[in-house]
Amino acid sequence: MTRLPALLAAAAALALAMPATAQDFAITHATVALGDGSEPIANATVVVRGGKVAAVGTGIAVPQGVEQIDGTGKWVTPGLFSALTDLGLYDVDAVEQSRDVSADKAIFSAALDIAPVVNPLAQNIKVSRAGGVTRASVFPRSGNAIFAGQGAVIDLGSDSEPVVKPRAFQYVELGEGGGALAGGSRTAAYVTFRNALAEAQDLAGRNGRNDDALLNRPDAAALIAVVEGRQPLYVHVERAADILAVLKLRQDFPKLDLILAGASEGWMVAKEIAAAKVPVIANALNDLPAQFEQLAATQSNVGRLHKAGVKVAIGRFFDMNQPRYAPQQAGNLVALTKLPGASGLSWGEAFAAISSIPAEISGMPGMSVLKPGATGDVVIWNGDPLELSSAPICVFVDGVEQPLESHQTKLRDRYRTPQEGALPKAYEW
Amino acid sequence: MRRSKAAIGAALAGALALAGCGGETGRVGIASAKPAPAPSDSSTKAEAKDQPYPSTYRPYPGTPTALVGATIYDGKGGRIDKGTVLFSEGKVVAVGDALLAIPESYSRIDGTGKFVTPGVIDIHSHLGDYPSPAVAAHEDGNEMTDPTTPQVWAEHSVWPQDPGFTRALANGGVTALQILPGSGNLMGGRSVTLKNVPSRTVQGMKFPGAPYSLKMACGENPKRVYGSQGRSPMTRMGNFAVNRKTWLDAKKYAAGDRKERDLAMETLAGVLDGEILVQNHCYRADEMALVLDMAKEMGYKVTAFHHAVESYKIADLLRQANVCSAVWADWYGFKMEAYDAIPENAALIQQAGACVIIHSDDENGIQRLNQEAAKAQAAGKHIGIDIPDAQVVGWFTLNPAKAMGIDKQTGSLETGKMADVVLWNGNPLSVYSRPEKVWIDGALMFDALDPQRRPVSDFELGQPGEGDVK
Repeated sequence: MTRLPALLAAAAALALAMPATAQDFAITHATVALGDGSEPIANATVVVRGGKVAAVGTGIAVPQGVEQIDGTGKWVTPGLFSALTDLGLYDVDAVEQSRDVSADKAIFSAALDIAPVVNPLAQNIKVSRAGGVTRASVFPRSGNAIFAGQGAVIDLGSDSEPVVKPRAFQYVELGEGGGALAGGSRTAAYVTFRNALAEAQDLAGRNGRNDDALLNRPDAAALIAVVEGRQPLYVHVERAADILAVLKLRQDFPKLDLILAGASEGWMVAKEIAAAKVPVIANALNDLPAQFEQLAATQSNVGRLHKAGVKVAIGRFFDMNQPRYAPQQAGNLVALTKLPGASGLSWGEAFAAISSIPAEISGMPGMSVLKPGATGDVVIWNGDPLELSSAPICVFVDGVEQPLESHQTKLRDRYRTPQEGALPKAYEW
Repeated sequence: MRRSKAAIGAALAGALALAGCGGETGRVGIASAKPAPAPSDSSTKAEAKDQPYPSTYRPYPGTPTALVGATIYDGKGGRIDKGTVLFSEGKVVAVGDALLAIPESYSRIDGTGKFVTPGVIDIHSHLGDYPSPAVAAHEDGNEMTDPTTPQVWAEHSVWPQDPGFTRALANGGVTALQILPGSGNLMGGRSVTLKNVPSRTVQGMKFPGAPYSLKMACGENPKRVYGSQGRSPMTRMGNFAVNRKTWLDAKKYAAGDRKERDLAMETLAGVLDGEILVQNHCYRADEMALVLDMAKEMGYKVTAFHHAVESYKIADLLRQANVCSAVWADWYGFKMEAYDAIPENAALIQQAGACVIIHSDDENGIQRLNQEAAKAQAAGKHIGIDIPDAQVVGWFTLNPAKAMGIDKQTGSLETGKMADVVLWNGNPLSVYSRPEKVWIDGALMFDALDPQRRPVSDFELGQPGEGDVK
């Protein structure tokens, strides 16, 4: 027995207006953000049919037989895309047994594959879904080698199949962390990196694996797709000089499909990043010299990169930086537009930086965007989604309405009044 | 976001590293300002006698200022639309509505469409003790050589050049903060309360007259740090046993003539005397309830539970005990004792009539305490607990001031209090707002519209990004 608070009751009422596995619905009279960088549209309609977005905009007639949801006073957006997360990789971050984030004692590195271990029932997935996150990339963190392994794209739907795209990318550390992992210096990280790609090339070539190979076969095999440009390579670096060094790797490995992760000092070399057409997944609000490799960190990094023409997403939601914070961070970048000397993003650009842009960078165009043919990931919010006072009231993944309950909501309902009643709290569930 | 030192510390690392072009004339405007008048002899002597490392902070010069036309949240729950705040000589002179007379000598600042609050106060920070950059040489917040170290003083670790202080000022409107030792020990040592004013020395930042606090810690951290060394405490019951034994020693010391100097016992005797406050890191409801009984048993008072993610389960007990809960808005799931954290925590505590403080424990979070409070407010609203903005502002102004023992001097906009004031360019509970101007004791220490009024720490001089907006 659970006493439904007002919000849940309202959401439940909204849900009842639709079939249980509602595939076809239309939300009308809402403020709609497409997620493509454009500004929100007032009094617009979103139609979802067969799990896909069918139509969006003003002056759209709701097709016959499609359930209609009145969105008056509400905002409608695509679901958020959270780039570089640890979703589904732990129950409690600091409880080692529950944690698959990094394999510190493994003999494998590049071959590690996150896809089979993502747990769709983890609380961090439920909590993030309730925060409007519908898609994410999940990645392994480097344990004892510069190559962390292969990440996947997932959806946050309440079903048993979270993985949308396994082995979507490889992840490597080439900054301070890479130097430490490779033996104490960035020099070792670069030799390790070059050797690994060379061994992958050997393995793929006619001569096969050399007798003196340093990589084990699975790791070398995993890097073939990277060196051949068939699998994107995410490189974590922060320092401006490190970014330039990474861009130069293409001189020797021309097919590398590079994506920069971190890049706190990216604004200092924004032109070079833009010219190399390398996208960036950055923290939005890093502004401290947390390490020597990010002395020039500033909240204006994303805005300045964007202004220089770099495709830049807000991401790196792991550890304490959880995916549901994305709207707040995007909102902060909008606030920067009023701060003299700072660079921020317009509202539409900021929302795109947590929806369609990370989706595109992750190789998933047509996700986290409201346009005909896009996946039916839709969130109805009770207000401006970037504002602190707002929250999702309905979340759809592939057109299917999602439960928003979690361990947290159950605790909240149990302790709405802290005192015990006729029986201990343990009987209230 | 860097992993919080005190909140998680060594849990993941497995190690013991707890954690916790203006040209040469560019700065003349500030540098040439007249120094503040020398303090009176009596105050200097009084401080030197009672405190061996006395505050040397003196307010910087300011001009009599009238903030007019803004929405004022006074920190104690009041709201004045199109209000006026007058301050002069470092003190708030008057707070009123548009009818308040403004003396001719005051310079007016038009706050139309803007908001004014007291300076933001963080009751739980490790700035200076765990400064940026977060290199091993800077880990000065946890004296993890013994489970009880009440003899250590956080001020002896504070590096005044931590760039984090400047970010807290410019982005967070923070004017005062308490630096606490970390949570590796049951008794971590004495805190220090600072004015968020750049200084060459920590004494130059010390909040005049602020009481000390003793940092204590429940739960996972102390038992992990010492248990992993095969030492006591290894368990939660060990935590209590070590604490109780130490308090018994302290009671014996306090009852004696106290003539022989004992740094540890002096701190604990100060707690038993009620002169030193207790700030107790404690996540779980059941442990907080036990600590309340231990405090009764030993004769001291817990001022605030910090990281109190489960306060919502015992909010009634906390109200009865008159103990504040210093909480995050929505940190979740990072360690076992944070598994039952919920975003409605602050609102449920408030609803029960207990004291809520929003704290940071984080060099990034301290830059957005106003936003964290707004998120906690929103979580309450979504379950039907409607807490007015003016009251929520108290969560990061007057309530922390009370729990730090500085509410007579600051924390609200009231006549005679320190002119610690933030002018926001919009509602501070909106994500779209930023501090525009920050005054500390009536001196303008940050101005978003004037690059010269933006502090740059020694560490950042000559570095990439020096003087940037950050």
